[in-house]
Amino acid sequence: MTDRQRTRRAGRTHHAGPVTYLVLGLVAVASLFPLYWTLVAASSDAHRVVQSPPPLLPGSNLFKNLAYVWHNAGGRGMGVALLNSTLVAGSVTIGTVAFSLLAGFAFAKLRFAGRGVLMGLVVATLAVPAQLSVVPLFILMKRLGLANHLTALILPTLVTAFGVFFMRQFLVQALPTELLEAARTDGANSLRIVWHVVVPIARPAMAVLGMLTFVQSWNDFLWPIIAMNGATNPTVQVALAGLGTGWSTDWSVIMAGALIGTLPLLLVFLLFGRHIVGGITQGAVKG
Amino acid sequence: MATSTTATGRAAGPRPAGTADPGPTPRRQRLRTLLYRLDSKGSPYLLVAPFFLVFAAFGLYPLLYTGWLSLHKVSLYNVNNSQWVGLQNYSDLFSGSLSRFFWNALGNTLTLGLLSTVPQLVMALGLAHLLNYKLRGRTFLRTALLAPYATSVAAATLVFALIFSPEGGMANWVLHLFGIGPLNWEAGHWSSQFAIALIVTWRWTGYNALIYLAAMQAVPGDLYEAAAIDGANRLRQFWHVTVPALRPTILFTAVVSTIGATQLFGEPFLFGGQSGHQGGADNQYETLGVLMYDQGFRHSMLGRASAIAWSMFALLLLLGLVNTLIARRLRRD
Repeated sequence: MTDRQRTRRAGRTHHAGPVTYLVLGLVAVASLFPLYWTLVAASSDAHRVVQSPPPLLPGSNLFKNLAYVWHNAGGRGMGVALLNSTLVAGSVTIGTVAFSLLAGFAFAKLRFAGRGVLMGLVVATLAVPAQLSVVPLFILMKRLGLANHLTALILPTLVTAFGVFFMRQFLVQALPTELLEAARTDGANSLRIVWHVVVPIARPAMAVLGMLTFVQSWNDFLWPIIAMNGATNPTVQVALAGLGTGWSTDWSVIMAGALIGTLPLLLVFLLFGRHIVGGITQGAVKG
Repeated sequence: MATSTTATGRAAGPRPAGTADPGPTPRRQRLRTLLYRLDSKGSPYLLVAPFFLVFAAFGLYPLLYTGWLSLHKVSLYNVNNSQWVGLQNYSDLFSGSLSRFFWNALGNTLTLGLLSTVPQLVMALGLAHLLNYKLRGRTFLRTALLAPYATSVAAATLVFALIFSPEGGMANWVLHLFGIGPLNWEAGHWSSQFAIALIVTWRWTGYNALIYLAAMQAVPGDLYEAAAIDGANRLRQFWHVTVPALRPTILFTAVVSTIGATQLFGEPFLFGGQSGHQGGADNQYETLGVLMYDQGFRHSMLGRASAIAWSMFALLLLLGLVNTLIARRLRRD
């Protein structure tokens, strides 16, 4: 604990009162209830899910509903959709982390002509939402013969301005310039420096960026439903959209799909939630 | 850039390892200096190249191409055949056959944006303040608050559509406990917008609260001590120390939320559920994003969809300007 932190703690000995606990408890319940309700609905049947008063405990139909959507939802079933989403989000994550690391390192620690202008361009593109470009992107993918291919979902987000910015902000502070100079004096070229000096130091930031990217890619919605229009090769979100807009009228089945689509991320989240929380705050405050 | 790229590629190849080789000849010394210079001059560009290539191909080019397409008539089924129509698509939107839908969607985007961002950010600020106390079960609370962030738009919207369902939905059952008659949430103008704003708020409040919390923990404790010595109570400390210190963070979250709100798509797209009306039977919650999808990918008019996309872009720039002006005003006060 540094001195500054100690003064802060000393100045902040206020313990939370009962009202604080009550409010935070209610908010926690409100945050978790829709997820719990997804489970309750997914384990019910078409009648139980809409009965009044609503059932508050899970029913006995969970595995029947899960098996049904696993094989049937969204054309080829939730199983295929899960595999597709994992492939897409995995590739996007690897690409984004690797390329963001390289560019972030260059912007943070290397001197080159045009650095300021190029970094300004990165920051400017942070604010341009990709959604605005879906029409030409669709035409482009159609011409490349990639419509309905998972590649069409991977390519456009292979590296993001946010990732570059995030890595730069981290490396500016975390990577000592003397270390780089020492490595250079020892005759290491840029690739060796990246691999042996930058990567070990950037590892925590890479993990955080990886998780944020994975969540974002997994949950991406507009572009996948346009690019994967045929629904023969759906991602989880495409399959869920199909499930929710007419393919089935049984809410318990729809919710079973939502449950399958949400569980993998919630699992990742329970395991690494602490780091994600750290990552979100880190990226935002330094920005 | 291309030349330096190849040069660095060579420089990064095999070279004498280590510095211990005995007395390099002047020629080797010169070669090494040359390689070193190529590496240090060229490799930065090589390192940033992937980002700019991806951005040029899938970011900048499509954005400009959207503008070009918005001046054409293009069918979804024959994308290689476009017909120049000038500003026709825009006049259709602003005053022609589509204007009723366009202005309606613009209005919905603005009201939904206000309903979903303003309460969200205010609540997030309050929650962050509470989370900043010494708490038992801190990790659990933070993780619980962030769980909605990990839920996808589709999954979240579907479960809320069930909760707000007119037939046996939980929201109506709760209203019934208070003696209020059943509401057809999805069909009403304000009730549907309230429900959709609630989905957005549910997903993002915890995320923003944690961002604020991190910023609060970076505020030096001496500031609070000084304020306490001056006799400021906790509420006054919150207003006069915490909020000013958080101004950049608040601005950051406001910008991000504004961008998100102008693009709102998944929630209004899926909220109608099986009714098959994306955006509502009377377009009561159709946003610009939904209208763009509707025109482009259901009515196959890609030129019109592009014109809507550029209108959204203009709206974004306008809101960005307003944001900047407000921020400057706040800084002066």
